[in-house]
Amino acid sequence: MARNKFEFEEPYLLLESKLEDLKKLSEQLNTDFSEEINHIEKRLDQMMEERYKRLTPWEQVLLARDLDRPMTRDYIRLLCSDFIELHGDRVYGDDLAMVGGIGMMGGRAVTIIGHQKGRNTKENISHNFGMPRPEGYRKAYRLLKQAEKFGRPVLTFINTPGADPGIGAEERGQAWAISEMLCGLSSLRVPIISVVTGEGGSGGALALAVADRIVMLSNTVFSVISPESCASILMRDVKRADEMAGHLKMNAQALYEMRIVDEVIEEPARQYLLDSPDFVEKLKNTINNYLDELGSLEISKLLEQRYSRFRQIGQFLE
Amino acid sequence: MFKKSYIDISGAKKKQAKFENEVTFSCPKCLTRITATEKMQNNDFCPKCSYYYVTSAWDRIHDVCDENSFEEWNAHIKSLNPLNFPNYEKKMIKAREETGLTEAIVTGRGSIGGYDVVLGAMDSRFMMGSMGSAVGEKISRAMEKAIQYSLPCIMFSSSGGARMQEGMLSLMQMAKTSASVGRLREAGLLYISILTHPTTGGVTASFASLADVIIAESGALVGFTGPRVIEQTTGHVLPPGFQRSEYLLKHGMVDLVQPRAEMRSLLIRLLNIHQGENYGEK
Ligand SMILES: [Zn+2]
Repeated sequence: MARNKFEFEEPYLLLESKLEDLKKLSEQLNTDFSEEINHIEKRLDQMMEERYKRLTPWEQVLLARDLDRPMTRDYIRLLCSDFIELHGDRVYGDDLAMVGGIGMMGGRAVTIIGHQKGRNTKENISHNFGMPRPEGYRKAYRLLKQAEKFGRPVLTFINTPGADPGIGAEERGQAWAISEMLCGLSSLRVPIISVVTGEGGSGGALALAVADRIVMLSNTVFSVISPESCASILMRDVKRADEMAGHLKMNAQALYEMRIVDEVIEEPARQYLLDSPDFVEKLKNTINNYLDELGSLEISKLLEQRYSRFRQIGQFLE
Repeated sequence: MFKKSYIDISGAKKKQAKFENEVTFSCPKCLTRITATEKMQNNDFCPKCSYYYVTSAWDRIHDVCDENSFEEWNAHIKSLNPLNFPNYEKKMIKAREETGLTEAIVTGRGSIGGYDVVLGAMDSRFMMGSMGSAVGEKISRAMEKAIQYSLPCIMFSSSGGARMQEGMLSLMQMAKTSASVGRLREAGLLYISILTHPTTGGVTASFASLADVIIAESGALVGFTGPRVIEQTTGHVLPPGFQRSEYLLKHGMVDLVQPRAEMRSLLIRLLNIHQGENYGEK
C-alpha cells in the first residue's frame, strides 16, 4: 500500500523513490543493476522494520489514529462466518459511531460491539469520527444485557478519540450512559474480551474495556486524556503533545508492563494488518484461547476475578 | 440498635443560630461583601459575579452529620507518582499544605439524624478534586465497608475528573469505583450521590451517576465534558443555564435539586424512608 503519512517514514520513502529512479536509469543505460538494487531493497525493508520497532510513544499515537487501520466492521468480517448487526437504543436513536450485533465465530455464538470510525471525511461525519453519543452506549448496554440473557460471550473492539463532547450528548446524559456501561460490564454474567484496535480515548473507550481480558495491538494507545489536551492543560502548549505521549505511558507495551492489559499482539510493519496471515492467526488464537479459558470458569469465579482485576489497579502509599 | 424513631434536626438548628452573628465574606473576584446568610441563600455563589465559595470536604461532613459522629477511615492513604509524571509531587505537596488533607476525598462513618451511614466527601481544592489511585481506593474501600456493615452509602462529589498525572491508573479508577457500586447494588443497599459544584469528567461518568438517588446541589455545574471544551470543539454557543443543576433536572438526569442549607434535612428524610430495610442492624 502506497502511503506517506508519517514523518518518521520520510527518509526511507525517499530512498525507496531513489531506487525507483535507479531502476529506470539502469533500463535507459541497458545495464543490469538488479542484484544491487535487490540488495538495497532488502536492506531498506530491514531498516524500516527496525525503525518500526523503535517507534516513539508519539509516533505510536499517530499510527493508532491511522484511518487505514482495520475498523470494528473489518474485524467482524474477519472473525465471523455469519453476523447480524443490530441497531438502536430503543430510546432515542441508532448511533453509527458504535456498531454491535450477534454472529457465529467458529462454532461459537458471540455478541460483538465496537467503535466505528470512517475512512474518509464523508464517512467520518456519519460515524461521528468514532465518538459515541449516549444512544451509542445505551445500544451497547442493551446488547450486553441481551448477550447475558442468551449466555453469549462478548467481544469489544476499541477505537475512539473519546465520547462525543457535544451539547446534545450532555443533554441526553453522556456521563450517565458511560457509567452504566462500566457498572454493567463489571457484573455481566458472561465472559468479556476487549481488543484495543486503535485509539483508546479516555472514558469513551473505557466504557467498552471493563473486561476479563484486555488485548492491545502493538501500535495502539489507551489514555486518560489525549496528549494534546494534556499538553495544553499542563504546559499551555499543544505542541508539546509528543512529550506528553511519553509521560502518560499510553502505548501498548507500557500498559502491558503496568499490568493494565493482558497481552500485546505484534503488528506487522507497513502492512494492512489483516493482510498479514501471521497477525490474523495470532489474533484469532488469542481470542479463542481466552474464550475457551474463561468459558470453563464458573460464573461466580469469573465475576470474582473480574472484580479483583479492576479492584487492585492503583498505586498508593498506606 | 442506635436508630432513633424521630428526625433529629438539632444539627441544622445549630447551623441556623450561627448565622445570627452575621459573619461576612468578601468576594475574592469582585470584592462584593455578603453575609453568611446571603451566601448560603445564594448556594455559595457570589450574587454579583458568580464566583463560587468552595465548600471543603470537612464542611460538607459537618453540614450533614450529627455532631461528633464522624469517624474518618483510611486518612493515611496517599497518592504516589507511579508514572514519574513531571511536577506531580510538587502539586500534591502544595495541595496538602493548602488544604490540610492527604487526598481529594475524606471517607468514613458517621450518623445523620441518628442514622448510621458511610460517607465520602470530595474536596475540589485538592488538585481540582481529581480522582487518582488514592481517591479511587478510598471510595471502593468505603463502599465495601458499607456492604460489610450493611449501611447506606452517601457520596458528595466535586471533581474535575480523572487525575491525568496518573495516566491509565487513574482512568481505571472509574472502572474500579463503578464495579464497587455494582456490589452495593447486589447487596441491596441504599446509595445516594450528591453532585456539587463542579463535577465533571471521570467522576460524573462513574460512581457519581450510578446512585439510587442522585441529588444535585443548587447551581452546581455537572457534566461529562467541561463547558469550555464543548465550546472550543463544537463552536456552538451554550444554552443559558447549560449543565447547571436545574438544567439537569429538566433533562431528567437527577432526582432532585437541593440547596446546600437543606441537604441534611433531605438526607434524613431519605434515610428515614429507607429504614424499613435492615440497615445498621449488623
Ligand atoms: Zn463576586
